[in-house]
Formats: sequence, structure tokens, C-alpha cells
Amino acid sequence: MSGKRIDVILPVPLTVIFSVMKKDKVVEIEEAVVRFAGDSGDGMQLTGSLFSDSTAFAGNDFATFPDFPSEIRAPQGTVSGVSGFQIHFGHKNIYTTGDLADVLVAMNPASLIANMKWAKNDAIIIVNSDEFTEKNLEKAGYKENPLENNSLSGHLLVQVPLSTLTYEAVKELDLDNKSVMKSKNMFALGIIYYLFNRDYTKTFAFFESKFKKNPLIVEANKKVLTAGYNFAETLEVFKNTFRIEKAELEKGRYRNVTGNQATAWGLMAAAERSGRNLFLGSYPITPATDILQELAKHKQFTCITQQAEDEIAGIVSTIGASYAGSMAVTTTSGPGLSLKSEAIGLAIMTELPMVIVDVQRGGPSTGLPTKSEQSDLMQALYGRNGDAPCIVIAATSATDAFYSAYEAAKLAMEHMTPVILLTDGSIGNGSEVFKIIKTSDLPAINPPIVEANDPEYKPYKRDPETLARRWAIPGTAGLRHRLGGLEKEDITGNVSHDPLNHEKMVKLRQEKVERVANYISDLKVDGADDADLLVVGWGSTYGVLMTAVEEMQAEGKSISLAQFKHIMPMPKNTLEVLSKFKRILVCENNMGQFVSYLRMQFPELRYEQYNKVQGLPFMVSELKQKFESLLNE
Amino acid sequence: MEQKIEPKAITLSKEDFGSDQMVKWCPGCGDHAILRSVENVFPKVGEELGYKKEDFVVVSGIGCSSRFPYYMNTYGIHGIHGRPAPLAMGIKLANPKLSVWLISGDGDSMAIGGNHFIHIARRNPDINYLMFNNKIYGLTKGQYSPTTPKGQKTKTSPQGSFEAPFNPGELVIGARGKFFARALDSNPKLMQDVFLAAALHHGASIVEILQNCVIFNNKIHALITNKETKDDNQIVLEAGKPMLFGKEKNKGLKLDGTKLKVVKLGEDGVTLDDILVHDPTTEDAGIHMMLSAMAPPEFPAAFGVIRAVEGETLEDAVWNSVEHEKEVSPYKTMDDLMNSGNTWEID
Repeated sequence: MSGKRIDVILPVPLTVIFSVMKKDKVVEIEEAVVRFAGDSGDGMQLTGSLFSDSTAFAGNDFATFPDFPSEIRAPQGTVSGVSGFQIHFGHKNIYTTGDLADVLVAMNPASLIANMKWAKNDAIIIVNSDEFTEKNLEKAGYKENPLENNSLSGHLLVQVPLSTLTYEAVKELDLDNKSVMKSKNMFALGIIYYLFNRDYTKTFAFFESKFKKNPLIVEANKKVLTAGYNFAETLEVFKNTFRIEKAELEKGRYRNVTGNQATAWGLMAAAERSGRNLFLGSYPITPATDILQELAKHKQFTCITQQAEDEIAGIVSTIGASYAGSMAVTTTSGPGLSLKSEAIGLAIMTELPMVIVDVQRGGPSTGLPTKSEQSDLMQALYGRNGDAPCIVIAATSATDAFYSAYEAAKLAMEHMTPVILLTDGSIGNGSEVFKIIKTSDLPAINPPIVEANDPEYKPYKRDPETLARRWAIPGTAGLRHRLGGLEKEDITGNVSHDPLNHEKMVKLRQEKVERVANYISDLKVDGADDADLLVVGWGSTYGVLMTAVEEMQAEGKSISLAQFKHIMPMPKNTLEVLSKFKRILVCENNMGQFVSYLRMQFPELRYEQYNKVQGLPFMVSELKQKFESLLNE
Repeated sequence: MEQKIEPKAITLSKEDFGSDQMVKWCPGCGDHAILRSVENVFPKVGEELGYKKEDFVVVSGIGCSSRFPYYMNTYGIHGIHGRPAPLAMGIKLANPKLSVWLISGDGDSMAIGGNHFIHIARRNPDINYLMFNNKIYGLTKGQYSPTTPKGQKTKTSPQGSFEAPFNPGELVIGARGKFFARALDSNPKLMQDVFLAAALHHGASIVEILQNCVIFNNKIHALITNKETKDDNQIVLEAGKPMLFGKEKNKGLKLDGTKLKVVKLGEDGVTLDDILVHDPTTEDAGIHMMLSAMAPPEFPAAFGVIRAVEGETLEDAVWNSVEHEKEVSPYKTMDDLMNSGNTWEID
């Protein structure tokens, strides 16, 4: 460590330096994207989440996304060990986690080289210059030091000897080297707090509760955070700082939720409203495990979670619990959904309610476990033996995961059939601002449970409207019956190999699912219902498609968006909506699974497609470029 | 919270469980006798443990044995191949007040469902697991199973099986299972005793039933069941009783060093005091493992309850935790949870 050296090198023209030297002024902006990047052990996720909390406190709307490697601790200093956290916040409604960063914090060379592609051309880049040693540059794959060869010109490069300054800040505390280095992320956070005029009292309160047992660490974190803030202020690093007005959010109480948390909460809310106990049978799999972990915490709501020996046991125990009267759920990701296929068939055959949550990731096979994709759609719709229809719905955002999970459970129980809920890594791990609701404001859930000794009860006798059979729960007198994977006779439920009965039952199961269309919301169009171009998306792409379409509408372009949440069945007005547009562009993060489905359902229409399969969400900029090119043809 | 139901006056009969469905097993199949024994034992289970007829649930996997739920007038599910264990566990966890019976075969439990089999033994939910072992795949018409003896010719082992078989009892005990018993399809009295013992044991009670497949593996258990040899090749174990067998009950099992040995009373100075006394309740699995592994011709095959060790059941542990969390958790409703932690107001 070089000791006292405190220098800030700004490779920018002299005129800019002069303006920097003037008293900082506060510039009002609409929105910003900040990306924190560092080694897996640098605490970037915590830094990001503390900044998110302060963003909430400042009253902005925001969305966040963590970008971590699939290795837990890859070799230190290498690109594969880089962990990132991006936050997009603003005065207006925030639908995405942001394309490119206005501010990038890079704690070492590897995080800089891995994240430069996510920085805007004129981004502020804050680096820990202490880490730019020959050895670290080599580990990151740099041939030359990027801080010295002008390769970052155009950006506002702020070189901060973060490690040295962190030592300086806490030198009078008697701390070991490791603890000191652990707090250097707070120096970076202090700089960012200054840059966005943030209040750090909430963060101090967090330190006090998190490190309750170690007052020295509380003190160190406070000192380092303050030092970072004061450093930025005193040395006038930035020519100005930024302020973002409070967002125009609806009045009410808010909190931050990740999509996986929202999914778990939506399921618990459905269990509470339906008066059923929640049962979850699940096997850990990235990126779905958080749902199992969240539900496991809440036994007080009679939420029974069973970590199974494998994916199959996870869903089969779910079928058992559903038979026994629980609101039953299994959670997984793509490879796990493959393993569950046969059991989903049993759930369809026995007509038992359950929710199967698939938090999609990059496939096929192990694929990209920590990256996001929408490529399990066909598997969800058709990945079973036999004609085996089930309801498929897709959450459109992290907060919508709450409502989608609730609706999935409601539809499953009221229509007595499994429901596959598709979310994905970007929804599951992403976080958004969530308006807290009262569970009593959610629609009621009325499962068709049979009363004891009902003389009318027959296992496969159906409700004339929904075609749902009724739920006769073991332990109830007078309703003993057998279910199973063998085909059953209509009404009686006796085993039957009769050809005509089989065909009738196949059709009944199909129609039961199709009639769900009578119980879901219509397809909505954002924008004119006869614009020159209709953008169609489904599930998690809503935020980014909406942002791109709204921006182009503001530029006067004739463009609209229809986002699907209900996939099987689709809303009843789908054809009516789609047929009003001359051009339909279906955008999705797979090779074209939804567009193929649309072509199959409504072959009379013509569809174009735009696909991105990189394990990454669309960017607003690339979407707009695509839309422009179509509109200009 | 103790999930065991307090016995109350319940009178049930065999007729309460008989089904109106046609039983479609082959004539002469051992499954018929097992079905009758189960029908006979359910009323006793109801009386002993306070289960009403609607409290019984019979689940199964796939195979000849697994048609069983359709032939009982109870709640039941015929599941998918190899997965009756998680199916039963889901039911028992969701509602511990049910008497859950699992019917499976050697293919279902030892091959495709082997993973679930060892895990249910380890987890110990209070279910009764009846595994019919005929050492062959019957429903697919005669392929070798994981319990088929090495060297046996079947449709898929025309030169004789190359594989060493599993012994189900060793698997149960090796997986730290707490209950293992063995019964025989040709001995209804033994079956009923064993099934009742399984029901009364609070935990995962796994019972292997040596069952004869009259079509594809006839007389596979002949050495044990033949009139001429059965007395020397069977030992029925009873808790607290010396391990004696043979027509004259003059043969017994003795511990010779670390191994079991068959001895004859009166020969070489052997007296009743030398004979091992059966203790199914000891945690130590050593003798239980050896008893499970015994097979003719060197040893008699062991029947009856070989191991029955008390222990907390899965559902008791889970539901006790639910009750505890209900008391201590600050969240009584989802509204409480949603409003907890870091929230903020927008006016």
C-alpha cells in the first residue's frame, strides 16, 4: 500500500477540470442507471441493496437487477468472479432495470473489463485505482492499463485509491486488515450517495442493526461511508451532482420486492384467502430456490415446505398434498420442469389443483443457470405425453409475480387443474417497488370442495360452467373414491379403457382448460388499436417493450403494444385485437416459441418476429432501432 | 403437537373396505391373499388407532401390485411408476390424521423408485409401506428386477442376470429406517400380524411381502415356502422370544463372534440360554441387518417384525414447528408480513 497518496486523476480536458473546480451544482434529472461491479467477495449486492433502500427513501421509483456468476467464489480478480448490481431509478415510472449505466463503479480491473459494455459512452466511471496493479490487470486480461492509455476517454473517469482511503478512514480503530477491506465498498457507496444527494441516516441504522454484536464494525462502516461522501464533496470530483424528484407514485405504502419473493407472497396470500394450507414440494434449483427459501420461513401461516430428494419427488408430494386438500405448489426451473413432465400428466389426469412455478433460465440442459430466457414456453404448453392441456400464465414483472401467483392458485383451485406459472431469472432476481395491498382486496377464491356425505358426489361429475370436477378431500365421510393415472370413466371415475369414453375425457380436459378464457382479463393494447405496428410480447419482456413503445409513441410514431400474460388459454378477444393491425412483430427471448404458437392458433394472420437469445433482456435502444426500421420500410 | 389420534370407539368390518370393482390379477397370484389380509386388518387398525373408514388412504405406484387402490373401498391414488413414496408423504404431511398405506412392488420400489425408497425410510413419516417382492417385472411380462437373483434367466437376461440383487431389508436399515418386517403371501395370519404391527408403529413401517408371480416367476420363493423345507427355512421372529425355528422348534440362532450361526438345542452343549432373544426395539442395527440378510440354504429367512425403533416422525416434527411458529411469529396474517421490514409511505 503506498500510504498517503490521495490523488484524483481526471483524464479530461482542462476546461472541464476548471468547471470541476467550481462549486458543485445540483442538476435535476429524470432518471439514472447505476451499476456496481466488483469481485464476488467485494459486497456489491449489499452495496446495491443499500443504495436501493436509500432510493426508496428518496421517493423514487426503481427496479434493480443483480448480475452474478454461477460460481460461488470464482478465482479472485478474474472476469468469471465478477458480481454486479444494476439499479434504474427515476422520477417517472420505471419499467426496466435500464439498458446502459450512467455511473459504473468498478472495484477492480476484472469488473471494469467485464462491465464496460454496460456503460454509456459518456458514463461516469469510478474505479478503485489501488487494484489496478500489474498482476490484477493481467488476471483481468488487460494488455495495458486502461487508466493510462486513454482507452476510456469520453467517459468521466474517476480514479480513487479506495483501499488506501478506507485504511486512512479507520486507522484509529483497532481493526484487522480483513475487516477494513470488507468495508471498502462503503467508501464507494459514500461517493455515490454524494453524487445523488442521498441521506445516509437509514444506512447507518442498517449498520447498527446488522452488526449489533460488533460495535467496532458499525463504527468502521459509518466512518468509511462518511469518508467516501466527504471525499467526493471536498475534492470536488464531479462537476455537478444530481437530484431526481420524487416519483409520481400512487398514494400508499410501498416496499421493495424481488420477483421470487413476490411469487412466494402471492402464493401465501392465495392460501390465506382460500382457507387452505399451503404445501410446497420442491428441489433447490437456480434461479427458483429463493421461493422455497422464502416459503420455508413462514410456517406460522401453516405453510408446509418439503425439500424433496429430487424434482420428481417435489411434484409428486405436491400431488399427494393436493389430494389431501392443500393448496399445493411446486417450484422449479427449466431442467426441473423436464423432470416433472410425467407427474404433471398425472395431475392433469387426476384433475387435482396445483401451481407449478417455472423460473426460466437459459437452456437447453444446464445452459445458463444464472441468466434469463423465455425458452420453456413450448415445454410448458406441450411437454407431456398424451393430449395434456394445462393452464399457462406468465408474470410480466417482479411485482406482477405477486398477482400472477395469486391468480395461478385461484385458477388451479377453482378449475381443478394444474397451472404452470412462468417467470424467469430476470423477474425472479430483479426487484421493483411494490405497492402494499390488503389481502382482503384480492378476489375471493372458492375451491369446489365437497361437503361430507353429499349424495350427489361422483368423482368425475363436473360443474356445468367450468367443467371442473369437485374436490373431495380424504377424511371426509361418504366421499371415498380412487384417482389415478389410468383413464377414468366419465362421472363415475371407474377405470375405463372404453375408446369413446377416452376420447370424451380427452375433450373434456381440453375444454375445461379452454373455458378458463371466460375467467381471465381481456388482452389490452397500449396505444392506438389500429397503429401501423403492433408489438407483441409475453411475460417478463413487458417493462422493456413498454418503455420502448412509449418512447416511440412520445416521438409521434404509430406503434402499440399488446403484452400477453395468459398464454393457455389466451384472452377471448385475442384475434379481434390482433386482426386490427397490419403488421405484428412478436418479440421474445427465445427462437420464436410464442410466435409459433400464435401462428398455430391464428394462422390467418401474418407475424414477424424479433428474437434475442443471449441470456440477457432486450435493451430499449435495440428494440427502438428494430421498430424504427420496420416503420420506415 | 402429537398427531397420533386418541383411540375412540370405532367398529368397522371387512365389508367396509371391500370394493365393487372386478379384481383383475391372474388367478393364483399372491396379490389376492395380500388384498384379503389388508381388508381384514383395516378394521383392527381403525379400532386400535381410532381411524374412521374415511381416514384410510391407499396409494401406489405402477405395476401389478399397484392396482391395489382400485380394489379397496377407501380414498386412494394410483400414482406414477416408482413414486408412491413422495405421493404418500405429501398426503401424510398435508393431513397427519389420515392412515396412509402405500402399495408397491420390487420394480417400483427398488429400481425406478429406489431413490424415494431410501429417503422415505430416512425421513420416517408415519406411513405403512407394503412392498410386494416377486423378484420379477410382471406387468411388463417377465424382465429381471433389482431383486432377481444373479444368474436367473428372464426375457431380458436370456444368459442369466449379470447383476447382484438388492435385499430390501438391508436397504431400509442402511438408510437408517426404523421399521422393517417381512411377511409371506401364503401365510395370512403372519401377514395380518405384521400389517397390524406396521400400523401400530408410529413411523415409516416398511414391510416386504414375499409374493409369488404365478405366471412369470412361479415358485421363486419355493425354498422358503415348500412344505418339505419351509420349517427349516423360515424363522418367525417375536419380540422378547428366543430365535427358534424348525419343525420341532429345536433349531436356533446364536451369535458366534460377530456372525450369526444356526445351532441345534442339545447338540454340542447348546442350551436355550445360548439362543439369541429378539429385540426389534434396539437402535443398534447390527443384529437387525444380519437377520434381514439371512437366506436359505445356510440360514432360514427371517419373518415378522425384524426392526421397530421409536423415533420422531416427519409430520410430527413439521407440525410441531408450525404450532411453535404460530405462537412466536410476529406475523399473524399476510397483511402483517407485507407491512413488515423496510416500507415507506408516498402521500
